[in-house]
Amino acid sequence: MTNTLSRAVGSPLARLEGPAKVSGAARYAAEYPQDQMAYAWIVPSPVPRGRLDAVLTDPAEEDDVLVVLWHGNAPHLEKSDDPELAVLQSDRIAYRGQPVALVVARTLEGARRAAQVVQLDITAEDHDVELRADHPDLHTPDEVVPGVPADTATGDVDAALATAPATVDVTYSTPALHNNPMEPHATIARWDGEDLVLYDSNQHPSGIAKTLGTVFGLPAERVHVIAEHIGGGFGSKGSARPNAVLAAMGSWVTGRPVQLALPRQAMFSMVGHRAPTVQRIRIGASLDGELTAIDHESWTQTSRLFEFVESPGVVTRSMYPVPNLRTSHRVVPLDVPTPRWMRGPGEAPGMVALECALDELAIRLDLDPVELRARSANPGYLSCLRRGAERFGWSGRDNRPRQRREGDWWIGTGMAGATYPANAMPSTARVRALGHDGYEVAIGAADLGTGARTILAQIAADELGVPVDDVHIRIGDSTLPVASVAGGSSGSASWGWAVTGACRALRESGDDEATFDTTELVGKMPTDRHAYGAHFAEVRVDAVTGEVRVSRLFGMYDTGRILNPRTARSQFIGGMVMGIGMALHEESVLDPALGAWVNHDLAEYHIPAHADVEQIDAEWLDEPAADLNPMGAKGIGEIGIVGSPAAIVNAVWHATGVRIRDLPVRLDKLLPSL
Amino acid sequence: MRLTVNGAQHHLVGLDPRTTLLDVLRERLHLTGAKKGCDHGQCGACTVLLDGRRVNSCLILAITQPDARVTTVEGLGHRGEPHPVQQGFLEHDGFQCGYCTPGQICSAVGMLDEVAQGWPSAVTESDSEDLLADAEIRERMSGNLCRCGAYPNMVPAIREAAGR
Amino acid sequence: MKTFEYRTATGLADGLEPGAVFLAGGTNLVDLMKLGVATPDVLVDVTRLPLDQVTELPGGGVRIGSAVRNSDLAADRRIRTGYPVLSQALLAGASGQLRNMATTGGNLLQRTRCRYFMDATMPCNKHLPGSGCPAREGDHRNLAVLGGSDACIATHPSDMAVALAALDAVVQIDGPAGSRSIPVTDLHRLPGDTPERDTALEHGELITAVDLPVLPVAARSAYRKARDRASYAFAVGAVAAALEVKDGLVHDVRLAFGAVAPKPWRALAAEQALRGQPATRESFLAAADAELAAAQPLRDNAYKVTLIRNLTAATLSALTGDVR
Ligand SMILES: Cc1cc2nc3c(=O)[nH]c(=O)nc-3n(C[C@H](O)[C@H](O)[C@H](O)COP(=O)(O)OP(=O)(O)OC[C@H]3O[C@@H](n4cnc5c(N)ncnc54)[C@H](O)[C@@H]3O)c2cc1C
Ligand code: SF4
Ligand code: FES
Ligand code: FES
Repeated sequence: MTNTLSRAVGSPLARLEGPAKVSGAARYAAEYPQDQMAYAWIVPSPVPRGRLDAVLTDPAEEDDVLVVLWHGNAPHLEKSDDPELAVLQSDRIAYRGQPVALVVARTLEGARRAAQVVQLDITAEDHDVELRADHPDLHTPDEVVPGVPADTATGDVDAALATAPATVDVTYSTPALHNNPMEPHATIARWDGEDLVLYDSNQHPSGIAKTLGTVFGLPAERVHVIAEHIGGGFGSKGSARPNAVLAAMGSWVTGRPVQLALPRQAMFSMVGHRAPTVQRIRIGASLDGELTAIDHESWTQTSRLFEFVESPGVVTRSMYPVPNLRTSHRVVPLDVPTPRWMRGPGEAPGMVALECALDELAIRLDLDPVELRARSANPGYLSCLRRGAERFGWSGRDNRPRQRREGDWWIGTGMAGATYPANAMPSTARVRALGHDGYEVAIGAADLGTGARTILAQIAADELGVPVDDVHIRIGDSTLPVASVAGGSSGSASWGWAVTGACRALRESGDDEATFDTTELVGKMPTDRHAYGAHFAEVRVDAVTGEVRVSRLFGMYDTGRILNPRTARSQFIGGMVMGIGMALHEESVLDPALGAWVNHDLAEYHIPAHADVEQIDAEWLDEPAADLNPMGAKGIGEIGIVGSPAAIVNAVWHATGVRIRDLPVRLDKLLPSL
Repeated sequence: MRLTVNGAQHHLVGLDPRTTLLDVLRERLHLTGAKKGCDHGQCGACTVLLDGRRVNSCLILAITQPDARVTTVEGLGHRGEPHPVQQGFLEHDGFQCGYCTPGQICSAVGMLDEVAQGWPSAVTESDSEDLLADAEIRERMSGNLCRCGAYPNMVPAIREAAGR
Repeated sequence: MKTFEYRTATGLADGLEPGAVFLAGGTNLVDLMKLGVATPDVLVDVTRLPLDQVTELPGGGVRIGSAVRNSDLAADRRIRTGYPVLSQALLAGASGQLRNMATTGGNLLQRTRCRYFMDATMPCNKHLPGSGCPAREGDHRNLAVLGGSDACIATHPSDMAVALAALDAVVQIDGPAGSRSIPVTDLHRLPGDTPERDTALEHGELITAVDLPVLPVAARSAYRKARDRASYAFAVGAVAAALEVKDGLVHDVRLAFGAVAPKPWRALAAEQALRGQPATRESFLAAADAELAAAQPLRDNAYKVTLIRNLTAATLSALTGDVR
């Protein structure tokens, strides 16, 4: 209704917090000075399974230690729905790196040292940390995500595969991956009387207040969570992590504000990761590329504490219309850290298998990979394929592998589709008229670098019919109206909806203040809608070393209305950069004997560096999805990492003729065949 | 011990020899512009200028730097006027979460000075080439990781700050 | 990090009390101290000693002070023209920030990046003698194929040291027992059954300088490094080479391998196989094979043999053509 008048939405407004971020003024969780602040350091379990019998400490040696907490002396916590948060409550050790004690000291240096020298009396037990597709403890989970079944089947997949003129039957595997936001999880906790104040790096202040309230037996409103700026999360900060509970516990016991900033190494154990997957995918097709059957089987692991199921098969249920379709998920609990969400959970690894297998099918059928997909694509996806191909310069591609060589480099191109569900979750926003000072828009949302703050200001400005400068956004605080998590690419839709509603209510009522809760509206929203996209990659592979470089990467997206092209482009590109990492660099290596991720730092767990990112760009159709939400927006935060790894893997095949089916594609895997 | 940070002199009394320059800045002087991403020299978030050169402040013991001149992101630009590199980052959306950003900016300032001195990089093939070509900027800035993947926007930001 | 006493070194041959170590740029030592892998009682800072100059030696050649920063050395005009392999190796290592801090002496003496070594909570014969070597059965994708032992298969991570090994560099040492000099190729030792000792230095011995001899072949030299990402990553394989061809034959050659052995690996067998041979890809490959015949790859690091073979041929081939 107001769309035709809008000026702010759709404009490339610069991030509102930009000046604070480039000047160093923006404050992150660990950056709020406190009187008498103490520092905490975790003591991680050195074994993957066993029993902690005692913690022997020698406080005399480390005189600035205030307390060493462990299950023998830690305060009792109430149960929440996440057993991982029951820290220091029992003697059981569920994985290597699990916090088994907490040192609180007057200084950071003292805390770190004491944590290194604390003596643990541990009874180690035999452990099992290896995921195998034939593991005897594999089972079918009740659901992979609430409301999403583990297995589905339509048609007669076996018969269709048996009679299909063309088939592929391939197994792809993806390694464990770690989110590794640049800002490690951090909390400063302080008790103001019986009220808990947490400066915490997270994606969901409202949710974390509630969870911490449960854990400490307080109503949510007695817990105040502040997350003004967050140094990335990518899913790992979506729910309360042990650091928040430990900091609060340390503060309770010592009576001081306590800072607990996780060292990078701890980011590999206690805050979640993307579980490794093994996926067998079988596709049947007619000779002209019509898909007749797909069977997508996945195996993955979880911890013994909490069943989190990485669900690669889900994406195959909606990507292409196939008459005979079966998907299944099996999971095995092991003595490993608990996996959680990581950008494009399920979708990112699932599309590696699906889109690489389709590439293999196209090769078998001697079809152009774009054309093969175009046959089964819905209109939005089809436009992405066509326009993406055109913008990338796909046409005229010689589909044979190993045809282009420049100096030492083999050169090739590849592509893959992309998709992500269009989500929204219930949220509440409040708008207040401030007279000459404009309007205050308040919602407990979080901006992890997505541009949420800026976009909400744009939405409110248009709805209120005022310049953006007149809108004052307040987010990142649990005392503001309850908002959904910054996750599932749902933030702009969920919060924008609530802000829109509140602004409209304010204008309609003529009052000075209005609040709007979207619970009812969101409940009526269509649930089967998706964003689509297509990724195109050009790679070069060094014939001497097997090193791979992505010289060009391009994404074309159908993601509904783009609210801010400037921040949207950055989001798309950011996702694709992580896609480069997933394709070529990232792998958490688990030592089976020790049960430990051995490359648990940023020197050994490689994320893309500047030099790994050459030409990369994103464009979009910008067609509002008017029936979804008032902004017509679909999510954009995750689709960039969905399919871009497959495009790169497919390009490596085209460059070299070598098909790598276990990610990441690295020189040691390519060299023998170059 | 004396330390000059952004032009202001600080006397650090009772300094623990284990304290890094980064922790002095963040925890004692509350200059939290310099970030801690890894604490082991592996990410660049803690980059500051030490006597004009870019360094990882997380690997420097503060006690080893008596009389040093430190510039942090807070000390770039003057009185509300951003430094050209800061301006470039704003104009090109050279960041998302902003956590790597102060390190990127300090690193870029130090890097431009290295280029001005004619220092080569790993991708420099000859003396006559443009030391601020895109591939050069990328290589020279590779000591600053960005998990948000804002790299492509930083390259033009830095090039323009250099007046190219 | 354990607490320690800090002081600045005043003279060259001060020596060190037990438990004391030298501190230079700190980029490796401070890292390991934070990890609890290095636990010195005393740090003696050598960066204030007058060892931060690159000077010409009386008879030709260059003396590099041990406190010269990696970035200054890489940019030094004499190095860039006379010994390009060294400048390239330095620039291929670490990051701009780290090179601004890292010193010549510290770079040579940096310790392995073996993932078990760098975690004090894991067993490792190098950081806790007798605790075992989990890498042999576990993660060894970037560990040694040459020169390892049952006790340890760590690789030396330095790029600079590989170039120095190829250049016949000589390490100048000062210590309580007087000064001495040794070829850089004798500085690092193979692990044998005492992997906790990395080098031939005695406690308290200070590296004062590294000398580069007059070496005409070095003017045509190059460093090539393969790694897991485009920059800011340690080598998974590297070759330093210098080559002089006369009438199509190899007249003089220097060759060293990186990231394949507990020390920068001077490839003497390969050099010997090459001298006098036609400067062709076939001879280069045959020479690499001569050196790599001794390789003992494990489950996950056999690719290094192919990698080094390819790198050797490619680097030498490029040197036959290119007059950089
Ligand atoms: C993230 C990261 C990435 C890196 N990547 C690379 C890479 O790609 N390639 C590469 O080659 N290196 C790389 N490095 C390693 C870096 O080059 C070394 O840490 C650095 O060169 C060490 O020099 P320093 O002066 O800081 O040594 P310090 O840390 O000060 O000292 C190292 C050791 O040398 C001893 N020492 C120092 N000077 C002397 C002396 N004069 N006499 C006797 N003993 C002395 C010290 O006691 C100590 O044991 C990387 C480091 C990091 C942290
Ligand atoms: S290879 Fe050497 S350094 Fe690595 S674990 Fe074995 S003994 Fe330790
Ligand atoms: S915090 Fe210093 S390099 Fe990461
Ligand atoms: S902007 Fe988030 S890490 Fe760079």
